[in-house]
Formats: sequence, C-alpha cells, structure tokens
Amino acid sequence: MTRPPETPPPGSDEALEVLLGRLLQAGVLVAAAVVAIGGIYLLIMRGGGKPAYASFSGAATALRSVGGILAEARALKADGIVQTGLLLLIATPVLRVAFSLFGFARQRDWLYVLLTLFVLTVLTAGLSGWQP
Amino acid sequence: MSYSVLALLLCAGSVVAGFLGALTGLGGGVVIIPLMTLALGIDIRYAIGASLISVIATSSGAAAAYVREGFTNIRIGMFLEVATTFGAVAGAVLAGHVSTAVIAVVFGLVLLSSGLQTFRATHDIAGAAVSSPAAVRLRLPGHYPDGGGRQEYGVTGVAPGFGLMVVAGGLSGLLGIGSGAVKVLAMDRLMRIPFKVSTTTSNFMIGVTAAASAGIYVGRGYVVPELAMPVMLGVLGGSLIGSRVLVVTHSRILRRVFAWVIILLALEMIYNGFAGRI
Repeated sequence: MTRPPETPPPGSDEALEVLLGRLLQAGVLVAAAVVAIGGIYLLIMRGGGKPAYASFSGAATALRSVGGILAEARALKADGIVQTGLLLLIATPVLRVAFSLFGFARQRDWLYVLLTLFVLTVLTAGLSGWQP
Repeated sequence: MSYSVLALLLCAGSVVAGFLGALTGLGGGVVIIPLMTLALGIDIRYAIGASLISVIATSSGAAAAYVREGFTNIRIGMFLEVATTFGAVAGAVLAGHVSTAVIAVVFGLVLLSSGLQTFRATHDIAGAAVSSPAAVRLRLPGHYPDGGGRQEYGVTGVAPGFGLMVVAGGLSGLLGIGSGAVKVLAMDRLMRIPFKVSTTTSNFMIGVTAAASAGIYVGRGYVVPELAMPVMLGVLGGSLIGSRVLVVTHSRILRRVFAWVIILLALEMIYNGFAGRI
C-alpha cells in the first residue's frame, strides 16, 4: 500500500478526501453496531418463528418511513432498532455528500457546489419518502 | 426452516459472498441475490433490498482505506454521481413496474458480462495524455502518488462516460447491486482514467449510488429487517476480512474460479427467469 509521504495540507482536496473516508467508516461501524444489537434482540424474540419470504408482501407499513421506523425504535421494538441501523447506514453516504458540499464551498468551487447540491437533493428525496 | 436457521444460513453465505467479492473486486451483491433467490427461495424483491443495503456497507466501509491511498478523485466522483444517482432513481422506478422474471433475466445478463469481463487481461493504460476541453472545464484531470512523486493524468470522453454512468446507476437501482464493473468500464475505457483511479473512485461512488435508490426501496417495503440484518452484517464482515487478505495473496486463480461460479449462477438466473420460476 503506497501512502502520500506527508499529511496533506488542510483545506486541500486530499485532506478533504481523507476526512470523508474516515467519516464513512465511522458511519458504517455505528450503523453495524445498531443493526447487530437489534438483530440479537430480533433473534431472541422471533428466532423460532417460521416466516415465509417466498411470496412478496413487503415490510410492515411502520417500517417503510423514517418517522415510522424511529417510532418503532423508540418503542424498543427489535424491527425498529434494526431498521434504524439500516437508515443510519443509508444516511452515511448522504452525509458524505453533504460534507463535500461544505468542502467545495470553502474552495469557492461554485460549479461543484451546484453539482453536489443536485446529488444531495436526489438522495434526500429518496429518504424522505418521496415515491416517484 | 425456523428464522434463526435462515438468519444463520444467510449470514454465513453473506460472509463468503463479501469475502469473495472483496478479493475479486466484483462485490458481494452479485452472489447474494442468486443465493437468496435460487438456494433459499426468497422473493427477488426482498433479495434486492437486502443486497442494496449490503452494497452501501461494503462501499463505505472500504472507502477510508482507498481514500488514504490517494487514488480517489472526488471531482470525477461527484460529477459522475450526478449521472449515477439520476440513473439509480430511474432504475428503482422501473423495478416497480417490470415483472420479477424480467429483473431475473436482466440480472443474469449483467452477471454473465461481469463474469466474462474477469477473463480479460488486466491492464493499466497510462491514461489520456491530453484532456478534452470539457474535462478541463470540469476540473476532472488529477494526479496520484507514484513512488515518491506524483503522476498527472488527463481525462477525455466526458459525454460518453457520463452516459454510461446513467446506465450503471440504472442497473444499480433496478437490480440492487453496486454495478462497479460498469462504472469502471465507463471511467477506464471511455474516459481513459488510469485503472487504479477508476476502481477506487468507482468504489467511492457505489455507496452514494445505492443510497439514492435505497430510500425508495425502504418506502416500498423491499427492505425487511429480518433479511437485511444477517446479509448486511455478513457481507460487511466478509469484505473487511477480504480486503485484509487481498494485500497478501495473489488472487488470480481465485478470480477465475469465482468468475466461473458467477457465470453458472448467471445462466441459472436467466433460465429461471425464462421458466417463470422467479
């Protein structure tokens, strides 16, 4: 593995990239921990059940929106906790894009601020329950 | 089969898928969907939902390691993410309107082509010597560390590259995979970006692309916690182990074996799609 010889200067593209990479990794680890905790709980509660996934009926309505998922998690339901972890995971790259926006704005690179805003809009639309 | 047994099987299968996916650079999604549908008889929509989630986990989990190497080009990544996120939303919309048999056949064809692509000789073209005006205006040309110094590279073919990225995003949204192979193809072949920059930037983009359709899939109920949980944890674990091993082993033979596995799975998916069994 080759590494840059020195730490990149703050404010440069390289420094921004390293920061973003760390952010992504931290997000994934937090999300995985929440999913694992919810998963153990899920196995304890429903491990013996015989669910059928051969035909599609979809997740419960409460587990399909951010509001519903957070409400289920607050009620300490196993489903809700796992799904919250999955939401955190989906939010990680979104957060990465949001940070890039900040980085490009600091470099006064308005073209890339605009491009990043477009990507961010598409990402948040999907998460906020918008169904095309 | 009780849920605990199913979760255990899914998790074990996902560890293997994530491990092989990281080792061969083909990603875990390509194996996890055939495993769930063909071996465990799970509806392909659930499989797509779980796979898409695992794609975000592996892409984001590996990003830190890749970024530190200094090959990722965030401007190329962000510019092309405009194309892939747009395509991903379109793909997710399409997924709601076509039959699962069609999805299975398209999946099989994509799988087949990425399996066959593995047999092509690996190469490292030096990259475009002269950048196109569009690439310069978009500030896409960059540099990567080379020994003690740095190697500059140019970028061309912005329009065709962007176009193929819309397709890559569309396949990701339709099939719940990272479609890293198509992304690399667009950057490496069409835009003449150096191979190492293409692969690392592709990995960086995969998570964002997948997140664009993941929200829509959650809203449609494709993401069920019971199935997504073991798959996400398994693939993430497997790929983390795989990326460690990658540094020490020569994976050429493994790549070939894995490619054959993928080709066989692809044929089975296509057959099952046509037979109306998926």
